[in-house]
Amino acid sequence: MSWPRPGSPHPEVANRTRAVGPPRWVFVPAAAGAVFVVLPLAAIIARVRWSGFLALVTSDSSLAALALSLRTSATSTLLCVGLGVPMAMVLARTSFPGQQVLRSLVLLPLVLPPVVGGIALLYTFGRRGLLGHTLEVLGIQVAFTTAAVIMAQTFVALPFLVVSLEGALRTSGERYEAVAATLGAGPTTVFRRVTLPLVLPGLAAGAVLSFARSLGEFGATITFAGSLQGVTRTLPLEIYLQREVDPDAAVALSLVLVLVAVLVIGLVRAGRAA
Amino acid sequence: MKRWAASVVAVLLIGTAAGCGSGRSSGTSSGSPSGSPRQTLTVFAAASLTSTFTKLGREFEAAHKGVKVSFSFAGSSDLVAQIEQGAPADVLASADTKNMDEAVSAKVVENKPVAFASNTLEIAVPPDNPAGVTSLKDLATPSTKVVVCAPQVPCGAAARKVEQIAKVRITPVSEEQAVTDVLTKVESGEADAGLVYLTDVRAAGGKVKGLTFPQSSSAVNTYPIAALKKSKHATLANDFVNLVTSTEGRSVLAAAGFAAP
Amino acid sequence: MTVFELSATVRHRGLHVAFSVGEHEVVALLGPNGAGKSTVLSVVAGLLRPDVGHATLGERVLFDVGRPGASQASFLPAHRRSVALLAQQPLLFPHLTARDNVAFGPRSAGRSRAESRAIATRWLAEVDATQLAHRRPAQLSGGQAQRVAVARALATDPGLLLMDEPMAALDVAVAPTLRQMLRRVLADRAVVIVTHDVLDALLLADRVIVLENGHVVEDGPTSQVLARPRSAFAAQIAGLNMVRGTYDGRGVRNPDGLLIEGLTEDRVDPGDSAVAVFRPSAVGVYTRPPGGSPRNVIDVTVTELEPHGDQIRVRTAELSADVTAGAVADLDLAPARRVVFAVKANEVAIYRS
Repeated sequence: MSWPRPGSPHPEVANRTRAVGPPRWVFVPAAAGAVFVVLPLAAIIARVRWSGFLALVTSDSSLAALALSLRTSATSTLLCVGLGVPMAMVLARTSFPGQQVLRSLVLLPLVLPPVVGGIALLYTFGRRGLLGHTLEVLGIQVAFTTAAVIMAQTFVALPFLVVSLEGALRTSGERYEAVAATLGAGPTTVFRRVTLPLVLPGLAAGAVLSFARSLGEFGATITFAGSLQGVTRTLPLEIYLQREVDPDAAVALSLVLVLVAVLVIGLVRAGRAA
Repeated sequence: MKRWAASVVAVLLIGTAAGCGSGRSSGTSSGSPSGSPRQTLTVFAAASLTSTFTKLGREFEAAHKGVKVSFSFAGSSDLVAQIEQGAPADVLASADTKNMDEAVSAKVVENKPVAFASNTLEIAVPPDNPAGVTSLKDLATPSTKVVVCAPQVPCGAAARKVEQIAKVRITPVSEEQAVTDVLTKVESGEADAGLVYLTDVRAAGGKVKGLTFPQSSSAVNTYPIAALKKSKHATLANDFVNLVTSTEGRSVLAAAGFAAP
Repeated sequence: MTVFELSATVRHRGLHVAFSVGEHEVVALLGPNGAGKSTVLSVVAGLLRPDVGHATLGERVLFDVGRPGASQASFLPAHRRSVALLAQQPLLFPHLTARDNVAFGPRSAGRSRAESRAIATRWLAEVDATQLAHRRPAQLSGGQAQRVAVARALATDPGLLLMDEPMAALDVAVAPTLRQMLRRVLADRAVVIVTHDVLDALLLADRVIVLENGHVVEDGPTSQVLARPRSAFAAQIAGLNMVRGTYDGRGVRNPDGLLIEGLTEDRVDPGDSAVAVFRPSAVGVYTRPPGGSPRNVIDVTVTELEPHGDQIRVRTAELSADVTAGAVADLDLAPARRVVFAVKANEVAIYRS
């Protein structure tokens, strides 16, 4: 994720002349792992009933769920960037007592079951939650709204952005920023014109991870936001519900979700290569 | 950089593992066996039967020395799907006839299913009833936040039926996957009211208040039970079905709020 | 006229220095590794806050901290100091073209895009890098990148330019051209240049400051410091042998009792601390003490032999001698061999240190 520096060997050359590889035995577990991940995807494709596929994925409820998922995931990704970039900056570029503890807490949703996140959000922003009364006085009701979906997604996806960006910030180092300061650039200019451009690949990777995580979010959403077509029922919730009555539809929609995820990752890769 | 990447991967793996465990899956429960159990009877039962069947399982173990009853509680459609995929079960108790019919047509059921209980809908409201709900009609008030089951699941189908019969049009704020999801949203006060089964209200203790309504009798949910073809303990399986349908079984079910079929 | 004045203490690095720079003066900051040269630059640039000290650049106070009795501390952040820092690595912003790198300073100072580009174009021409304007840093060689970095630093028109061994990371082949260019563009500027290289000091600097263990040990015009070094480091980079001790009326006697006689150039009184300085080429190497004209004779053990021009430099723990390759063979010189260095008294300069 770092820029090539003058004098460092060209990566392609290094690849072509690589004489020392991993030990051969690692290919066995590596292949097993790859099969373990890829085979279920193949199983989904094998299980799709192509005759009804188009009708299933273009039904009102499917389209509504897909549109809602894309809309909410895009919004929560923007929120993740808006909140996560400053968070990563503070974690990577400052030091204060309790910072390690704070970092662990901020990254907690990474290891927390999403349902727990949903419950936590419920008792914070719910009607009878910690801030529920305050919000109600302000005329804001979060539960059962699309906003709740976005909050649930942001909650689970934010740490992905913070982790990858903090790593990028740490490796990009502060030397360029110091140089920029001695050239007369104030902190905001340094941030905008040096720090951000340098970590752009890391930021893009983090944003993609966040988007993918938002797209797949299920537990926190169903716990915190509920499930209503066009409002809170995202694609994963629709898939889970369809499974009750129409396993074929669930399979078809699962494939759509996989395709969207692959598309997003592919687009970002292409964008970064360009 | 490498160490960072490694730790991210580790964190991701942990996250995935935690996520996997969070799905609503079957819970297994067992009574305390006397002596060393030589046989295990596996019962697949609808989630709403958790407490009653656990109790009946203990009674069954007491009456059959050396037998352990193991339960898998989940949504009825999940259970039927698992049995069709070859899950080793001896008995199936479903929360509706539709899913049992599906099991029958898949030819996994040994005998004709027997109806052993029925359940009716009630309106559940938080104990302080903030929206002042008294009847089914009140659920149509736009400012009242009502949560129901999605029509795809049995409790949602029942809810839709009573809506039609009572000619009340409810606009829910959420259509939940399972009746327990409806219940927790009412318990937490997020929703002003929800349509759930009488047994759910009973099981929730004082956390919700149940309101009966006349139209509920038109959408009675019947619970059938049947021994399964692949069972290796056919006699025990039939014994368990008999226990559930006996007077003893009836009284346990009635205590939880289930009506006779 | 003095334009920059510094006095600073950084306790955890054992740094305690004070010096000034004139309006059109290039000062070379010399010293062994770890002497604190880079720390000085960091303090001046605003990247490191000293414990105690003050610095002024022109009319402006860069910092004034830790002085007892001072009403309140002041510390100007790096971007408001008008002090540019050119590091060993060019550190060009990898996402900007060479021209946009140079335009970065003017842009940050609030100039328009067009104006900044014009300034950048002018400075790129100044460092002979016009044809590199549209290249990315990854497409530049080390020398090219450092030229662009010089242009970038100068485009901000800094009140003081700091350079931290600007030639150290470059090919030996590229350094001379860059040095010539610097000689041209640094004229009429206030510059502090940290270097190891005597050539940098000779060709670029008007004045030399030698730092040892965080303290200034020598401060004077370049030619004087290099010709008559008073510190071991200055003697070393000037390529001279130095024996430090006390003048006893005949010569300099060091703490080990070694006496070096020589010519006293200015007034040295017995008891003064003094140095005896002589060139390695004035040293003769023998296997046993020679007779004849009055000489200083020193028993030494060879530690190292290395080529030095068309001669071989014979190093010992403290002194060096230059001999021909033939002499090395005749004397059978090799590390660990015990030999005798002899130097005529009239080849030795003695002065107060």
